Amino acid sequence: MREKLVYILAIVGAVLLAWNLYGIFTVLPDEAAQGAIYRIIFIHVPAAITAFTGFFIALVLSAMYLKTGDLRYDSAAASVTEVSFVFACVNVATGSIWARIIWGIWWTWDPRLTSMFVCLLIYFGYLMLRKAIDEPTQRGRLSAALSIFGFVDVIIVWKSIQWWRTQHPSPVLSIRTGGGNIDPAMEHMIYRDLLAFLLIAAAIVLVRMRQEMIEREIDSLRRLAHA
Amino acid sequence: MNPLLQALWVARKDLAIEFRTKESLNAAGAFAVVILLLFSFVFDPASPEVATIGGGLLWLCFAFGGALIFNRGFARELPNECLDALLASPVSASSLLAGKAITSFVLLLIVEAVSLFVFGFFYDVRWWLHPLKLFAVCALATWGIAILGAAFGAMTVNLKLRELMLPVLIYPLLLPLLMAAIELTNNLLMNQVTSDSLLWGRVLLVFDIVYTSLAVALAETILVN
Repeated sequence: MREKLVYILAIVGAVLLAWNLYGIFTVLPDEAAQGAIYRIIFIHVPAAITAFTGFFIALVLSAMYLKTGDLRYDSAAASVTEVSFVFACVNVATGSIWARIIWGIWWTWDPRLTSMFVCLLIYFGYLMLRKAIDEPTQRGRLSAALSIFGFVDVIIVWKSIQWWRTQHPSPVLSIRTGGGNIDPAMEHMIYRDLLAFLLIAAAIVLVRMRQEMIEREIDSLRRLAHA
Repeated sequence: MNPLLQALWVARKDLAIEFRTKESLNAAGAFAVVILLLFSFVFDPASPEVATIGGGLLWLCFAFGGALIFNRGFARELPNECLDALLASPVSASSLLAGKAITSFVLLLIVEAVSLFVFGFFYDVRWWLHPLKLFAVCALATWGIAILGAAFGAMTVNLKLRELMLPVLIYPLLLPLLMAAIELTNNLLMNQVTSDSLLWGRVLLVFDIVYTSLAVALAETILVN
C-alpha cells in the first residue's frame, strides 16, 4: 500500500512538474524588467515554502516524539528534515543564480539571505547530531530538542523581509501582500509548482522513512546479536 | 524548595569549584585575550576604524571563549557519575540547567570584563563612554549565550564528539543574538546611539525570553535519560 502511494505521489508530482515547466517556458511571457531570468522564481519560491512546511512538520513530529516516545515519529521527523534541507539548498542555489544575473553578485549579507544560510547550518547540525549518536532513544530525544530550538530561525527567515530593510525583494504572493505585486497567471504557476514540489517531497519522505525504519530494525538485530 | 533557589544552589556549587580550580576561567580568559592579540595582525590596530568593528571583535572573543566554559559545565559532572547523582537529587532538571546557565553567565561576564580592559589598553578604544548601557548589552547578550550554552552543553555531554559538536550546533543558533550585540556594542563604542539601537535591544530581549523558555521547557527532555 505504502509502495503504491509512493509511486502515485511521485508520478503525479513529476507529471504536474513537467506540465508546469512547459507552461513556464512556452506560455508565460518574459518579465518586463528582468527578462527570462525571472522564471527562476517558479523554482525558488516553491522550494522555500516546501522547505519551511517540512521544517514545521518536523517540529510537530519532534514534539509528538517527545510526548509519546514512539520512534516512528522520530524517523518521520528525521526524514522530513532531510528532504526539507535539500529543498532549502535548492532555494539558496536558485536565489544565488538569480542574484548573479540581476545584482551582479552571487551573494550579499542581507538579513534574508544570512538568516536562510543560518537555517541551513542549523539543520545541517541536526543531521550531524543524528549521525553522532548511536543510541536510538537518545538520538530521538536530542534531535527533537534541536528541531524545536532550530525552528525559531525559520520564523526569523520568514519575517526577515518585514523586520529589516533588505536587498532581497519584498513578498509577492497575494496571501502575504493582499495582491497587486505579481500577475495572477504567474502567481497561479507558483502555486501549481508548489503542489508539484510538495507531492515529490512527500514521495521522497515516504521512501526515506522506510529506509529509516529498516535501518532501525537492522540496528536492533545487531544489538540483540551482541547481547 | 523554590526552583530558582535550587538553581542558585547549583550555581553556587559550580562557582565554588570553579573559583578553587579556575580551569574554565583561565582557559576562556586566556583564549579571549589570544584572539584579541591575533586580530592585531589582521588590521592596523592604531587605525581609528577599530571602534567601528570593535563590537565584532569583542563578541567573537566572548563567543569563542564561552564555548570553553560550556564544554566544561556539564562535563565536570561526568567523573564519579556526579551528573546521575544530581539528576537523582530533588533538584529539578530545569533548575539544574538554569544553575549551569547562571554559572556560565557569571564566568563569561568576568571574561568579558577582562577582555574589555585588554581591548581598551591595546586598541586605544574608549569603551567606558556609556558604562551602564554597555553593561546592559553585555548582560542581556551573555544570558542568551549562557542559556543556549547550558542547554547544548547538556545535549552534547554524553557524545563522543562533544568538543566538536557543541560549536557546530550552538553558533548558528547564536547568530541573531551576536548580530544584535555587535551592532549595539559598535554604536556604544562610536558614541552613536540611534533609533536602530532600540530594535536591536528588542532582538536581544526577545532572544533571551524565547530561548530561556524553550531551554527550561525542554530541560527534562535534554537531561533525563
